[in-house]
Amino acid sequence: MSLLPNAAVLLGKELRTEFRSRELLTTTIVFILIVIVLFSFTFDPTSDESRRFAPGLLWLAFLFASSLMLQPCFLREQHNDTLSALRLSVRDPFAIFLAKLAANTLFLLLTELLLLPLFAVMYNVPVIPVLQWLVLVFFLASLGISIAGTALSAISAQARMRELLLPLLMLPLLTPILVASTEVTKSLFDRTPYVQWKGIGFLAVFDLVFLTALWLFGEYLLEE
Amino acid sequence: MTPPAFSPVGLRLENIDKRYGGLLALRGVSLVIAPGECVVFAGRNGSGKTTLLRIAARLVRPSRGTLSFSRESQAGEDHAIRPGFVAHATMVYDELTAEENLLLFARLQEVAQPERRVDTLLNEVGLSDRRGSLVRTFSRGMRQRVAIARALLHEPSVLLLDEPATGLDPQGVAWLAEEIRRLRDSGRTMLMSLHGESEISSLGTRAIRLDSGSITADTRTGATFRSILTFADA
Repeated sequence: MSLLPNAAVLLGKELRTEFRSRELLTTTIVFILIVIVLFSFTFDPTSDESRRFAPGLLWLAFLFASSLMLQPCFLREQHNDTLSALRLSVRDPFAIFLAKLAANTLFLLLTELLLLPLFAVMYNVPVIPVLQWLVLVFFLASLGISIAGTALSAISAQARMRELLLPLLMLPLLTPILVASTEVTKSLFDRTPYVQWKGIGFLAVFDLVFLTALWLFGEYLLEE
Repeated sequence: MTPPAFSPVGLRLENIDKRYGGLLALRGVSLVIAPGECVVFAGRNGSGKTTLLRIAARLVRPSRGTLSFSRESQAGEDHAIRPGFVAHATMVYDELTAEENLLLFARLQEVAQPERRVDTLLNEVGLSDRRGSLVRTFSRGMRQRVAIARALLHEPSVLLLDEPATGLDPQGVAWLAEEIRRLRDSGRTMLMSLHGESEISSLGTRAIRLDSGSITADTRTGATFRSILTFADA
């Protein structure tokens, strides 16, 4: 079974190329930073108002930023036809998806965790008491965004209007993630914080369903 | 030179059609290639050479027809033949070094002792001095050397070369011709698509001409061989 060793080797390549160029991380961090700062000017970030608006704002920023991050995911593989080299090398093409979605989840999670302290300060939201639950929802939502986004990136990379196509396909498809993660985050920012298990369960099921679909049909997405 | 770690393999294409939307890129191509043959495909732009090689590499699924390798039926799916493929594009990462690229693909192909194999190949293609340099700093000829080393990592029994001399200077073409001669003499089955007659085309043991996706000439010897390469009437 060469799936996991192959995916691990490819994940190493994804991390090495990104940490060498830092293109995706820089773009995503700067984008989210701009959104957080700009929105902080548009309403009074008192605690009550922040509790109402901040979760939605936070997840919208993450979602738009993820479309920036996911765009080059397969586009970069077309530059020197490296995708063909990968397809010729791996026994199971799912390894290519697995590595890419793991890398995207890691990058997205890293960006979210880096910007969380700034968000907490600017919007006056106490995050420390619920940090472990926030990390859980960040992980589940980032995984869902990465699974669906990686699949759509493979589809859009072969299309003519590829730069426009990815956000057009991705944003509607990820609306359920946006709604669920916003609801869970809102419950964690409440005056008496609680964990909304329904939302967490929904995110976990979404991840599982899309991961299974990608495992079953991913091979066809890579075909010319 | 590394001793060959493969046994010769032949391939059979039966009634292959490939359609891209309304365009029929290949029409009813049937071909039997014996183990160890070095076949040169010639033809004008758009004649179907690249599509045929990509089908042989299993990168493109034919719309109709079948492709099979001679040893495969006994070996089972886990031991499916994986041809080495050198395309127009280098198929390596610009932002990795030559060594990192080769190690990456060697590990993916589960090559035994990948570091040693990469070392040997870097020596063979004359890039051991530049092993630590990023591929994006390489000339076209050097990139092509990395591309060839990548294709040879797993000691493929079948080697597919799609216009391998594209963008090379005369010195690069001479190096490539010598390399192809060495590979041919090692007993590998080779399929090359070329554009016109060259130092490299003379290494072929069989020439096939493609016109609008169909085979219009196929020979092993004589004046016809040359006329196929020069696109003259066979």
